[in-house]
Order: sequence, then structure tokens, then C-alpha cells
Amino acid sequence: MNVPEDLRYAESHEWLRADGTVGITDHAQHELTDVVFVDLPEIGKAVEAGQVACVVESVKAASDIYAPVSGKVVAVNEAVRSNPALVNTDPYGEGWLFKLEPSDASARERLKSPADYKAQIG
Amino acid sequence: MSENSTALKKTPLHAEHIRMGGKLIGFGGWDMPVQYSGIIDEHNAVRSALGVFDISHMGQFFVEGAGSASWLNRMLTNNVERLGIGQGQYTLMLNEQGGVIDDLLIYRICDDDWLLVVNASMIDEDFAWLRSHLPADVTLTNRSDEFAGLAVQGPKAAAWFETFVGGKCQAPTRNQIVRLDMGGGQMFIARTGYTGEDGFELFCPAAAAVQLWSDVLATGAAFGIKPCGLGARDTLRLEMCYPLNGNDLSPSITPIEAGLGFFVDLKKPDFIGRAVLASQKENGPARKLAAFKMQGPTPPPRSHYGVWKDGAQVGETCSGGLSPTLGCGIGMAYLPAASSAPGTTIEIDIRGRRFPAVVEKKPLRKAGA
Repeated sequence: MNVPEDLRYAESHEWLRADGTVGITDHAQHELTDVVFVDLPEIGKAVEAGQVACVVESVKAASDIYAPVSGKVVAVNEAVRSNPALVNTDPYGEGWLFKLEPSDASARERLKSPADYKAQIG
Repeated sequence: MSENSTALKKTPLHAEHIRMGGKLIGFGGWDMPVQYSGIIDEHNAVRSALGVFDISHMGQFFVEGAGSASWLNRMLTNNVERLGIGQGQYTLMLNEQGGVIDDLLIYRICDDDWLLVVNASMIDEDFAWLRSHLPADVTLTNRSDEFAGLAVQGPKAAAWFETFVGGKCQAPTRNQIVRLDMGGGQMFIARTGYTGEDGFELFCPAAAAVQLWSDVLATGAAFGIKPCGLGARDTLRLEMCYPLNGNDLSPSITPIEAGLGFFVDLKKPDFIGRAVLASQKENGPARKLAAFKMQGPTPPPRSHYGVWKDGAQVGETCSGGLSPTLGCGIGMAYLPAASSAPGTTIEIDIRGRRFPAVVEKKPLRKAGA
């Protein structure tokens, strides 16, 4: 599984980039199977670390996606609304979900390192 | 994964599923592949070419004895006397209130020799129910563990079968079953399925399962065969509006409400649950299983979502998902009879938001679509 070195990871399989962009990991998209719908959060919404921020629907099931850190939603990826399969084909790129303005800049450091996340998913 | 994987039963093909990259989940007490290449990819393979499913988890009961036909006619809704040797039918087993214990296929192997193929999750309960009603002149055997099963489904199934048997037997016709001698015992081959496509269900001795699986994949390669999981099995059956026991059928639902009256013979001698069904058929059921299609881009519906009409909740979905063939969300729900007619506009409550849907005639996937 692809686990990029420049990202931090939540135990619940979301990734966070230094600029606040959030998506789900390659491992998560593989586990979810074909993504067919993404229910994105509203821009401006305040989210708490570990709380449901949006929902990704695969053919199989609806899965909650959690905010990796607390903050405010400042952007959402409109492209995944019309083409949810981007979450499968490019989970770290075109398939990003939303962008957060973290309320605590240091919170990112408390997320898992690529090595720790790799160890988690085995 | 909702079921504890250590407690799950394994089919004889379990190691094959892992070896071939299948993704396993708990289903009805069994550790089964939900998908290999992807649910949509496998679904499309079955609609356009050929797919193979492990159905070894399903149960096989054998019934024999002089009184077997009349006893089976008392236990089941369809009329077994209509079956010639080698023919099968879809039928239902009901409780005294007319509710569905299980839906199954029954085949007449010889005059007084029958094979019942039942749902995996219901093997123990079905067997206990049947045994508790068993007369002295009928024997009932649960041979579920002795058999493995494969379903080979798709428009290329007939052509594949010719390659597979190589002239050793004639292809059974729709709902027929034939026996084929193998090295390790007998194999039953039935022309049936749960996908809406042409296809075969093969039941072989458990010890021969891995060889059969590999033979089917090898002979199917020229026809574009793909191994398929339970995910595609569910989307395929849902497009056809075939009920899934536990979702769409339950001990509190009758076959008349489920729209399965075609498989109920009210003219044959009395059977368990008949009185309730006769009354429902005469007066019309108060609720009916309706199929619906979501309108526009919406999250796919799932089981137990609220169904609304004119500002009030009128029911709950029992099955739902995305239809790969139709490219939209589809589902089924029990609705008041007055709200169940095709063309009725309803709304499905998905996480607190209501999305528009329309009741459609069953099946949702029309032949040739």
C-alpha cells in the first residue's frame, strides 16, 4: 500500500497534508471498494478531531470519515462529487476530500508518522 | 467487519479466495469473499460475459421416502407434484402465521428423492423445523457439509458449459438438474441462478471443490470469466428484485406481501401458512414489497432507511444499493398497498436528508438492458 512520506495519518485512515488538505488513505480506499458517492461537509463548518466530517459511500456500505484534527472546513473537492471514483484511483491527489484550517497548528504533529501508519495497517 | 472472523465457518474454497486476492467478510456465519477485482467490475462481467461465485455456504438437504411428495407439499408453498424427474422450482417454507422461514430451490432427483438448496444462514433452523414435522415414512438428511457449490453465471454460460463438460452430458434446461459422475462422487448441475442471467449451479463433493473451481476458471478463461464475490451477487440480485432472506423476507412477512404469489399454490391440499395467504390473496395485502429508483445523483439507499410520502413516513427500505447497470441508487421497501404502485413518488431519508425516488415495476433491470 502507498503511504506517502510527506503526510500525517489518523488511526481511522485519513491523511492530512501540511496545508490542511484531508483525504483517505490508499489502504482505506482499497478496504472500502468502489466509491460511488461522497457526502462532503459544508464550507465553514467547524469540525472536531475524531468527529464525523463527511461520508464516503461505496457499493457495499456508507463509511464515516473523521476529521484528523479540529478546525474549520475552508474548501471541499467538488470534483469527487461528480466523479467519486477519484477517491479510488488517486486517493492522495485528485481524490482529496476537504481542506481544514486547523484550530491548533501543532495538532498535526500528534498524528501518526508514515512509519507508524504503515505499522498499523501491516 | 461486523462478525467475529474467528467464529466464522470456511468453505472448501477459503484458501483459494485468499490466494487469489479475494477480500473476505463475515456473511451469515461464513467467512466469504465480498469481492475480487471490484464489485462493479464483477457485476459487469456477469452482465456481459461470465462470472463464478463460491456458493458452498448454501445448504443441501435430501428428502426420501414414499410419503415425501405429500409431506413436502405440506411444508412448502409451491406444488412439488408439478415437477417431473430432474426438474426444480423456487418455493418458500412458512410458519403457521404465513411468515417466511426460508426461500429455497427444490429439485426432484427421482420419484421420491428430492434435493433442497437452502440459505446458508438458515441451515440449522430450516433443518430443525423440517425435522420437527417429519412423518415416519420420510427421511431427511442434512448433507450441507459434504457439498461445495459454484454458480457460473452470465450470457456466455451456455457456450462455456459445452467446453466444460466436453460432451459428457447435455446441458440442463432452465430449472432442470442433471447428475454427472466425477472421480470423487457425483456432481449435481442445475440451470438456475440469482443474477438474472443464464447460468448453472454446480454442487460437488467438498473434497473436489478446489479442482472444480480451477477447472471452471480454466475453461471459462476464453469467455472472460471473473471470480465474483457476495458484493456483486447482491447488486445483481437487487437489480432483478430477487428477495434476500433476512433483508426482504422474514418470519413476519408473507410471500403474498413479498410479491411471490406465483410460487404459492393455493389450489393444492393444505400447507403450513395457507389460511393467512388465502385471506391476503382474496382481500389484497395491506403492504407490498415495492422496488424503487432514486432520482438524480443521491447517496445509494441502504437497508432500514425511512421511506416518506406526502410528508409522512410510510415505511422502511429492506434492501438498497447502487445499480451498476442503471447507474443510480435502487432499493426495495414494504409500502402501504396504496403507495406501492409503479409511478408513485416517494422520498428516502438518508442521514436526515430526504431524496426523491420513484416506485418502479419489478424487475428494475429489464431483459436486454
